[in-house]
Amino acid sequence: MGEAAHRYDETMPLEYRTEEGRLNILGFWIFLGAEIALFATLFATYLVLFQRTGSGPTAQELFQVKDVLVETLLLLTSSFTCGLAVFEMRRGRLAGLLTWLLVTLLLGVGFITFEIREFIHYVHEGATMQTSAFLSSFFVLVGTHGAHVSLGIGWMVLIMIQLLQRGLTPKTARKVFIVSLYWHFLDVVWIFIFTLVYLLGMVV
Amino acid sequence: MKWSEFFVTGEPLIYAADVAIVLTMIGIVFVLTYFKKWKWLWNEWLTTVDHKKIGVMYIICAVLMLFRGGVDALLMRAQLTAPNMKFLDAQHYNEIFTTHGTIMILFMAMPFIIGLMNIVVPLQIGARDVAFPYLNALSFWLFFFGAMLFNISFVIGGSPDAGWTAYFPLASNEFSHGVGNNYYAIALQISGIGTLMTGINFLVTILKMRAPGMTLMRMPMFTWTILITSVLIVFAFPVLTVALALMTFDRLFDTQFFTMANGGMSMLWANLFWIWGHPEVYIVILPAFGIFSEVVSTFAQKRLFGYKAMVGSIVGIAFLSFIVWVHHFFTMGAGPAVNSVFSITTMAIAIPTGVKIFNWLFTLRKGKIRFTTAMLWSLAFIPNFVIGGVTGVMLAMAAADYQYHNSYFLIAHFHYVLIAGTVFACFAGLHYWYPKMFGHLLNERLGKWTFWLFMIGFNVCFFPMYFLGLMGMTRRMYTYSDGLGWTPLNVVATVGAVLMGLGFIVLCYNIYYSARYGERDMTGDPWNGRTLEWATASPPVHYNFPVVPIVDDLDAYWVMKKKQGGFEVKEEELKPIHMPSHSGRPFWMAVAFFVAGFGLVFKWFTLAIAGALFIVLGLVFRSFENDDGYYIGIDEIKRAERAARKGA
Repeated sequence: MGEAAHRYDETMPLEYRTEEGRLNILGFWIFLGAEIALFATLFATYLVLFQRTGSGPTAQELFQVKDVLVETLLLLTSSFTCGLAVFEMRRGRLAGLLTWLLVTLLLGVGFITFEIREFIHYVHEGATMQTSAFLSSFFVLVGTHGAHVSLGIGWMVLIMIQLLQRGLTPKTARKVFIVSLYWHFLDVVWIFIFTLVYLLGMVV
Repeated sequence: MKWSEFFVTGEPLIYAADVAIVLTMIGIVFVLTYFKKWKWLWNEWLTTVDHKKIGVMYIICAVLMLFRGGVDALLMRAQLTAPNMKFLDAQHYNEIFTTHGTIMILFMAMPFIIGLMNIVVPLQIGARDVAFPYLNALSFWLFFFGAMLFNISFVIGGSPDAGWTAYFPLASNEFSHGVGNNYYAIALQISGIGTLMTGINFLVTILKMRAPGMTLMRMPMFTWTILITSVLIVFAFPVLTVALALMTFDRLFDTQFFTMANGGMSMLWANLFWIWGHPEVYIVILPAFGIFSEVVSTFAQKRLFGYKAMVGSIVGIAFLSFIVWVHHFFTMGAGPAVNSVFSITTMAIAIPTGVKIFNWLFTLRKGKIRFTTAMLWSLAFIPNFVIGGVTGVMLAMAAADYQYHNSYFLIAHFHYVLIAGTVFACFAGLHYWYPKMFGHLLNERLGKWTFWLFMIGFNVCFFPMYFLGLMGMTRRMYTYSDGLGWTPLNVVATVGAVLMGLGFIVLCYNIYYSARYGERDMTGDPWNGRTLEWATASPPVHYNFPVVPIVDDLDAYWVMKKKQGGFEVKEEELKPIHMPSHSGRPFWMAVAFFVAGFGLVFKWFTLAIAGALFIVLGLVFRSFENDDGYYIGIDEIKRAERAARKGA
C-alpha cells in the first residue's frame, strides 16, 4: 500500500477508480482462475466416473429433463439481469442497480429451489450419493455449483444492504462488480454442467 | 465415544508426549503471565497484518515443525538401525512415516518458503506491504491452525497411517479405521485454503505493486521464482482441495469415489493427488532456486549470469511440472504408451534445471567469492542437488522404474532433491535474511558448524540409501530380517541422521546465542547486497520505505550504491503513508476453522456446524467493515527514520 492506494482516477468506471479497487478486482480474477482449476478437477472426476454406475441407475435412466431446462433458463436469465445491474451502476443509477440485483437474486433462488427439488426427486428414486461412483461425482459436482450459487445469493444480499446504507461509492461499486464476475462465472460453469452432465447423460 | 478412544493410550512415548505438551503449555502461559506479555502478544503478533511479522511467525512455526518432523525421522532411523528391532511396532511406524512426510512437506517446507517470501518479496519490489494484508494474516492463521489440528492427532484420536500420499483403498474407512486419515483430509484442507490465498495475494502483489521502473525483467530472481510459484499454487492447490474434499466425503459420508465396489476407482486418488503433488514439489523448489540465485550473486559479487535464461527455465519448469504426474506410479499399469509420454516429459525437466545449474556455475566463475554460511549452503546445494537430479532421471525411465519403484533408491532420490534443494535453501535464506528480520546476524562460526554437521550428516544418511534400494529394501517397511545384508548401511544411515540432528541443535543454539551476543546490523546492508531489501533499515520500519524507491536497472540497490552511494531519502519528499489496520478477526476465524475441522474429524456435526457458523459470521463482519486503514504523518516518519538509522 502507500499513497498509491488512494490514487484516484476520474476517467475510470467507479469500481476501478481507487488502487484498492483495481487490486481487488485483479485478485478476484485470479481467484476465478483457481475456481476454474477446481471445477475442472470436478469435471474430470465426473467424466472418469460417470459410466461407473455399479448397481445404481445410469444417467439416462435418472435425469429429469424438464427440471434441468427450467434451472438452465432461470440461471442464464439471471446472468443477463446481473449484466443489466452493472449497466445501471455504470450509469450511476442506484435504484435500477438494486432492482436488477433483486431480480437476479430471485432468479438465483428459483434456480436453487428447482435444483433442490431435482435432488430430492433423485433421492426418492433411491439414487443417493452413496449409491455409486457416478452418483457420488454427480452430486458433488452439481452440488458444489449449487453451493456456490447459494453463497452468491447470500453475498448479494449483504452487498444490497450496503448499497442501501452507503449508496454508490468506489467501494460498494467494486463489490457489486466483483459479485457480478462471480455470478457470470457460475453461469459459465453451469453451461458446462448442462452439456457435459445432462446432455451427455441423455445420449451416452 | 469413550475417553480411552479419544485420547491415544498404551504407548510410553505418547504418554511422555502428553506430559511434554501439558508442561509446555503451562510454561508458555506462565511466562506470558509472569512477564505481562499477553497484551503484547495480541497487539504485536496475533492481530498483525504486517508482512514481515507474518513471515517471522511462519518461520518460527516451520522451525518447530522441522523439530517435530525431525524427531519422527530419528524415531524411524532408530527402529531401522538393526534388524528385528522392537522399538516401534508396525502401526506406530506407519503413523510416524506418514506424519514425517506430511509435516516436512506441508508444515515445514511450505511455511519456511512462504515465510521467507512474506518477508522478502515486498521489500525486494519496493512495496510497503502485500496487496491484501488482511488476507495474508488469514492465510497464516489458517496454515497455523491446520498444522495444529494435524499435530494434535498423535495424542487425540490417533495419527494418520496411510502414508503422506494417503493412497486409496488403504486410506478408506474399510482399511483405515479410526480418525487418523480424517485429520489428514481436514487439516490439509484448512492449511491448503490458506496457501491458495497466499498464491493469489503474491501474484497480485508482484504484478501490481512493484516500484516505479521495476519492469518484469528487472525483478530480482527470488521475486521471479515467487511469481511463478504463485501461479503454480493458484492452479495446483484447487486440485488438492477437490481431492481432499472427495476423500472427506468417502470417509465421512460413505460416498464411492475411491472405493473398491459400486464403481469407485482408487487409482483416481493417485492421479488427483499427484496432479497437485508434482507441482507442489516445484512450489517448494522454485523459491529455493530463487534464494540460491540471490545468495550466489551477492557473495560472488557479480550480476547473476544468464538472467533471461533463468527466467525462461523457471517458466519451463513450471509448465512441465503439470504434465509429469504419472511418473509417480509408472507401475500402476497405465501401459507403455502413457508411461513413455510421461517418461519423456519427466526427463525434459532436466533441461531447464541443467540450464540453471550452469548459470549458477558461471555466476561463480571469476567472482570474488565470500564463503559466508549462506554461501556455503548454496555451494553445497549444487553438487548434492545434481546427485538428486541425476538419480531422478534414472527413475524417470519407466522400464527401469519397475526396479526402483518404492525402494530406498527413491527415498534417497527425493531426499537429495528436497533436502539439498529446499532445506539447504531455507537455511541459506535464513542466514542471509536473518539481519533483515531481527536486526542482528546469526553467528557465522556456529552457522558453519551447523552447515558441516548437517551437510555431512545428510550425505552419510542418504547416500547409503541408494544402495539399500538397489539391494531390495523397500520404503515403509518397519523392520527387516537379519541376513539380508542391509544392516551395515542402515547403521551408517542412522549415524548420518544423528549428525543432522546435531546440526539442528547447533542452529537452535545459534538463534539463542545470536539474539544475545550476535553482531547488530546497523547499516541495513550487512552483505553488500544488490536488491532493494538491503536499502531498508534492519529490521525495516513497519512501512518499509519512507519514500518509494525508483528503479532503473536490475540489481536496483547495487546500481543506486554505485551511482549515488545508496538509497537517499530527502525529508522534503516525504508524504503521509497509508497503512492497513490491525485485525483480530483472521485469528478468530482460523480458530473457528479449527473447531469446525475438529468436529468433522470426529463426525461431531453439531460442533462442525457451530464452527462453520462462526466462519460465516467472520465473513459477514468483514464485508460490513468500513475500515480504510490509517495514515502515518510526516513527523512520525521522520522520527521513525532517525530511530531506525541511529548509529548508521
